[in-house]
Amino acid sequence: MEDCLAKKMEITVSEAEKRTGRNAVNMQETYTAYLIETRAVESQSEGQCAPVDSLWRRYSEFELLRNYLAVTYPHIVVPPLPEKRADFVWHKLSADNMDPDFVERRRIGLENFLLRVASHPVLCQDKIFYSFLTQEGGWKEMVNETGFQLKADSRLKALNATFRVKNPDKRFTELKHYSDELQSVISHLLRVRARVADRLYGVYKVHGNYGRVFSEWSAIEKEMGDGLQSAGHHMDVYAASIDDILEEEEHYADQLKEYLFYAEALRAVCRKHELMQYDLEMAAQDLTSKKQQCEELATGTVRTFSLKGMTSKLFGQETPEQREAKIKVLEEQIQEGEEQLKTKNLEGRDFVKSAWADIERFKEQKNHDLKEALISYAVMQISMCKKGIQVWTNAKECFSKM
Amino acid sequence: PGAARGSLLAAAEVLALDDEEEDLEVFSKDTSLAEVNSLSPSVPISPLSMINQYKFEDEPELRDLFITVDDPESHITAIETFITYRVVTKTSRGEFDSSEYEVRRRYQDFLWLKSKLEEAHPTLIIPPLPEKFIMKGMVERFSDEFIETRRKALHKFLNRIADHPTLTFNEDFKIFLTAQAWELSSHKKQGPGLLSRMGQTVRAVASSVRGGVKNRPEMFTEMNDYMETFSQKINVLDKIAHRIYKEEKEYFNEMKEYGPIHTLWSASEEDIADSLKGVASCIDRCCKATEKRMAGLSENLLPILHEYVLYSEILMGVLKRRDQIQGELDSKVDAIANKKAEKDLFSEEIGKLEDKVECANNALKADWDRWKQNMQYDMRSTFTSVAEKNLRYYEECLATWESFLASQTADLHVEEDSEDRP
Repeated sequence: MEDCLAKKMEITVSEAEKRTGRNAVNMQETYTAYLIETRAVESQSEGQCAPVDSLWRRYSEFELLRNYLAVTYPHIVVPPLPEKRADFVWHKLSADNMDPDFVERRRIGLENFLLRVASHPVLCQDKIFYSFLTQEGGWKEMVNETGFQLKADSRLKALNATFRVKNPDKRFTELKHYSDELQSVISHLLRVRARVADRLYGVYKVHGNYGRVFSEWSAIEKEMGDGLQSAGHHMDVYAASIDDILEEEEHYADQLKEYLFYAEALRAVCRKHELMQYDLEMAAQDLTSKKQQCEELATGTVRTFSLKGMTSKLFGQETPEQREAKIKVLEEQIQEGEEQLKTKNLEGRDFVKSAWADIERFKEQKNHDLKEALISYAVMQISMCKKGIQVWTNAKECFSKM
Repeated sequence: PGAARGSLLAAAEVLALDDEEEDLEVFSKDTSLAEVNSLSPSVPISPLSMINQYKFEDEPELRDLFITVDDPESHITAIETFITYRVVTKTSRGEFDSSEYEVRRRYQDFLWLKSKLEEAHPTLIIPPLPEKFIMKGMVERFSDEFIETRRKALHKFLNRIADHPTLTFNEDFKIFLTAQAWELSSHKKQGPGLLSRMGQTVRAVASSVRGGVKNRPEMFTEMNDYMETFSQKINVLDKIAHRIYKEEKEYFNEMKEYGPIHTLWSASEEDIADSLKGVASCIDRCCKATEKRMAGLSENLLPILHEYVLYSEILMGVLKRRDQIQGELDSKVDAIANKKAEKDLFSEEIGKLEDKVECANNALKADWDRWKQNMQYDMRSTFTSVAEKNLRYYEECLATWESFLASQTADLHVEEDSEDRP
């Protein structure tokens, strides 16, 4: 990955700021802007730091960038953006986009997105991406000038293709099933995790009530007073400890969420394949039928039922000159069609090859990342258990002195 | 950030609990106490049984009266359905004709015993009986859990009486333990009837309005103040403990669903299937550990706190009765205050009342000290046990996750090694 941008440039999304401005219909709106800082990576021996360049971008610009990449590189599993709105919240977390914790987690997610793109062997070389990082003004116009929106396939067309394609590549069909399963199981997991977090919060916080009662009770006890009082203090510590624990778990949830959204990107590649395959099949079908028409006109036999055949029977045959003209047109179309078909076939094969290469790369990345995420989850649980052991050991000692 | 979000369960909210919770009885699972074949509870079978027995300053070896309550049986007659419990007594005391007794008693009989003891010893602290029935709870009147909880409480009740230096020699207590059903019935019919008992209560209520507060010795005012605060606090603690149990149960329910999702996921993965299955099994083990923790609460903390809620009512009652007894003396003294001549006439009566007050005060003082000591012991051992249970919970979970982590990082090292090789 010598060409990878991430190796040449340090990229961070270092700050988030609330802004007010006017939107497209001149209404006032509040939004968050994110500061992107970039710095060329110097070799260690020089010991000098290159200057930091920075510019501000808002979420909608990130969205524009991603849409551009997804349309321009349909064979690539394009990294997903962090969620637009807070989802899978457990009730302590605000579902408000302006909530500072949500904004902070989004900042991290956006930085992660940029790093993913910058370390992708193909995507990192894109000029639009580079300008996104370095060119403050006029970037939006630049993107629109690429005309990428025209290249985008309509959703309807894609849906049509899904149901009508006859011979898709089996690997893509399997991949599509996998991405559906992945999406379904991760959403389920995130939902239950949020509920578990909610309940765990409840357990810890109720213990906090011990503190005050023990303290009040200790006022009327001579011998038990000290033990009660200090035990109460430990119960307060216990109750307070859950906030940090659950905050850390949110980062774990975010890691899973990234792959939830990656599933959608995977599906997009499969859909593109289906579309291309469907296109190919339609073109081949069209060519076959044109050839057949040509043959029928030439030999005068009607093998298949056609409206032309019926009308000619009813209203009489055409003149030989008319028939010749028709045959000529068809022959031209057939030639065009055959060339198009050849091109489409080549395109299709190229797509499958390059898409599959990226899918393999993605699979390895996914396995590595998810395994690490699970390990980090275990580490978090271990830390939570150790804290619990400490608190209850202390509490036990206080109780035994009552 | 935590402060900004605030605690959902702020003090006010915790204390404002549902009506249901006020009357919610305790669910308990079967424990070693119900070991039917072991009829000598004096020898602690396990730490749990030690905690659950009402320990006394007397060493277990000095005990000469051992009682167990077990074997609930339901009886159906034309009029009613009720439960009887088997009460087995083993004793070496001379005043008992035999060394072993086995009788069956129903809840009504326990109620009778309690009221007789209160009658005979108005200023002694009679142990609490489990409540008659649940007002509005989720427990069915004759569900297994209800019966088991009640059985344990009845067992404790009798043993506490047996351990009490005065009550243990009470005649009605002896009859309760030894008489056959028909004997008990006929004995119950003797003595002051229902009407006279009601009369006593009316008199008691009437005199309590005036009762003994102005000449109350400092010590008993202190006791009163103490009990008022203690009663408040113990009630709140009871509610908190129930709330904790409820939250832990809800957590347990969610955890049950959490683990299996990982197993489901592992079915569509290859490389990370083992890691996912590992996480699933860790979560399942922690889930089971949570169940144990909950059992500890329901078997230990909840019953004890409940008993002391009842105790606080009993103690307020005892203090009131002492005040009444004092009140009888005070009102008599007041009545003849201005009649010098009648002083002599009533001096004997007043003397008797003064004795009564002195006895009542001394009895209460001694029993109070005893009660406080035992309360301290019970609270210390119960809360220590709760802490222990929590410790064990976290230790078990820690071991589970650590072993998972070790397996994962071992894999990583193996992978790294194999990558290095050409």
